Amino acid sequence: MYSHARKLVAPAIAGMLFAAPAAAELKIAFIDPLSGGAASTGILAQKTHQFYIDAINAAGGVNGEKITLLSFDNKVNPQESLIQLKKAIDDGARYVVQGNGSSVAHAITEAVLKHNERNPGKEVVFLNYAAVDPALTNEKCNFWHFRFDADADMKMAAMTDVMAKDGKVKSVYLINQDYSFGKAVAAAAKGMLAEKRPDIRIVGDELHPLQKVQDFSPYVAKIKAAGTDTVITGNWSNDMVLLIKAGKDAGLKVAWETYYGGSPGTVTAIGEAGVDTLKQVSEWHKNATPELDATVAAFAKRYPGAENEYTYWRAKTMWEIFAGAARKAQSNDPVKVSRALEGMKMQTPLGEVEMRADNHQLLQPLYVSTLSRNVKYDVENSGLGWKTDAKVEARSTSLPTTCKMERPK
Amino acid sequence: MLELATVSILNGVVYGLLLFMLTSGLTLIFSMMGVLNFAHASLFMLGAYFSWQLGRWIGFWPALVIAPLLCGLVGAAIERYGLRHVHKRGHVAEILFTFGLAYVIEELVTMIWGRNAVANSVPKVIDFSLFQVFGSSFPAYKGLMMAISVAMFVFLYVALKRTRIGLVIQAALTHPHMVSALGHDVPGVFVLVFAVGSALAGLAGVIGGFMLLTQPTLAHAVGPIVFVVVVVGGLGSLAGALIASMLIGILQTFAVAIDYSLLDLFRTLGIVVARSSPLHDFYAVKLSTAAPIVPYLLLVLMLVVRPRGLMGRRDA
Repeated sequence: MYSHARKLVAPAIAGMLFAAPAAAELKIAFIDPLSGGAASTGILAQKTHQFYIDAINAAGGVNGEKITLLSFDNKVNPQESLIQLKKAIDDGARYVVQGNGSSVAHAITEAVLKHNERNPGKEVVFLNYAAVDPALTNEKCNFWHFRFDADADMKMAAMTDVMAKDGKVKSVYLINQDYSFGKAVAAAAKGMLAEKRPDIRIVGDELHPLQKVQDFSPYVAKIKAAGTDTVITGNWSNDMVLLIKAGKDAGLKVAWETYYGGSPGTVTAIGEAGVDTLKQVSEWHKNATPELDATVAAFAKRYPGAENEYTYWRAKTMWEIFAGAARKAQSNDPVKVSRALEGMKMQTPLGEVEMRADNHQLLQPLYVSTLSRNVKYDVENSGLGWKTDAKVEARSTSLPTTCKMERPK
Repeated sequence: MLELATVSILNGVVYGLLLFMLTSGLTLIFSMMGVLNFAHASLFMLGAYFSWQLGRWIGFWPALVIAPLLCGLVGAAIERYGLRHVHKRGHVAEILFTFGLAYVIEELVTMIWGRNAVANSVPKVIDFSLFQVFGSSFPAYKGLMMAISVAMFVFLYVALKRTRIGLVIQAALTHPHMVSALGHDVPGVFVLVFAVGSALAGLAGVIGGFMLLTQPTLAHAVGPIVFVVVVVGGLGSLAGALIASMLIGILQTFAVAIDYSLLDLFRTLGIVVARSSPLHDFYAVKLSTAAPIVPYLLLVLMLVVRPRGLMGRRDA
């Protein structure tokens, strides 16, 4: 009697548990550092993604499904990321979002490619919002990877275009982190400067260990001794802030050409000494539009405090174009959405963006900007903010690619 | 060349004295209590946070005094309510206790002050250039740091070697029962030593916080190098810690300035290494790129050649 009853009850319970929510949920995995040294960037990105996903869900979701963001902590470690990726796929995620660390992105893009070859019909798509090693959309490209941040070469092209017009630049010192991205920055700088301004001398090419240096004074002494007027660096997080801090302490007077001068704490660290000398290349800054974008203002309201300084404009672009592609495909199936994403164009407040079909690199406007006193919107309550020196339209950021990808039939 | 050498020596001395500030409290605690305190760098971090918070409320100079005292109180509490009970179970238990404590402090700091670095910038009163060396300015706070570091050494040396209390403290380590029988409060002595060691860490944190980033990972960032200094200097030796700090500071600073690789050395010696040679990439690494591992190399060498360290009296 008892066993008979159980036979009837078990399927009924299973039905109640699984039937209702499964139909209306699109699971997307976020794999980034949520603990340890790089957690601050990871958590800020997590908030930004959640913010834009909530907006999509409030408008009815994508093709009737609400997006659920599942978070996985990878501690910026490639091996750990692969374990987390496996977990994410087991949990039913068909889209993976990651950004911190090109080394991690390489591991994920390879694992995703293998997974998709072995599991036809259960493909996974990798949405990369910040890992900018050019190889990811060149020799290591594949159909399942889409990048929404301009790669290191594209940013360097924008930076060197502005430098080439600046007659005051006579010599350049390169200081970068000793891993794939830092080396890519140094190589791009040397190549592009030689082409655009062969008269500029490269007086130093330094690589230092990633996030290990506590005191940058010896490096600053070397930069000073080299007698340079400009420093190019792709440093991020602590390496950026500590380098800038040591430079300020020693009274180093150079122009800082950076990728991440806008990363948290940098402006605070350099303060007034950075006015007219600290420059960055980015896809957005607070003064890029005459009025603050409504979503940026709403984000600041929902997440107040200096640690939540809005950074990831590209997350906005990513989720809007993703939702657009899913609508166009009339399906949330990863293969169909990927096909729809290829070559897709979209209008944004900053101009048109386009997802390149040949290598899956998003083309978006880039801004070269300088820290300035007279701005409408300041950063980190410092009274200082970014002023645009030059804007490069999306189309002009495009670079040749060596990507040859296999598309699913 | 002269310019780079002069500035490098100065930078090396500054960094060395910062390392000494960091390690002096640890050395004191180890030499007097035999406890290897893995949470020492966490107390350093607490000092940085306390001084930042107090600095906003009551200004820099009072914070410079009160923040280390607060760290001392925290240290006293750790000894009185934690370490004392663990002490009976031996050194492994002590090490595990302080090891766990470091994680607890990191989480507490994250909960209170957040994950991101706080804007712990140099206060206006000491934010000026002390002097110029070949066009590089030398910030006043670094001068203050050097002065405090030297003062710490003198204070500890005199307190331990030239005062009655120092005598009691030293005796309490080796002959606790005898000292106790003579009417001295041995547990009280241990609380005092741990509190002073923690206060020194806090004081280092007040100044070190300006040079480094005041964020929850600060303890983790400086933790390893602290142990390198005490092991190279000789566990528990104050003079050894000072010498090792300066040695590591200057070595590391000069290593950054040297752009030569093993490949260059071979070339001068007339040895040609083919580009296809399997170790070519390794030989091509410039000393400047490898500079931050120099202290750890020194640590390994020291443990192999002289395990007791430069001035230590017992093996590590």
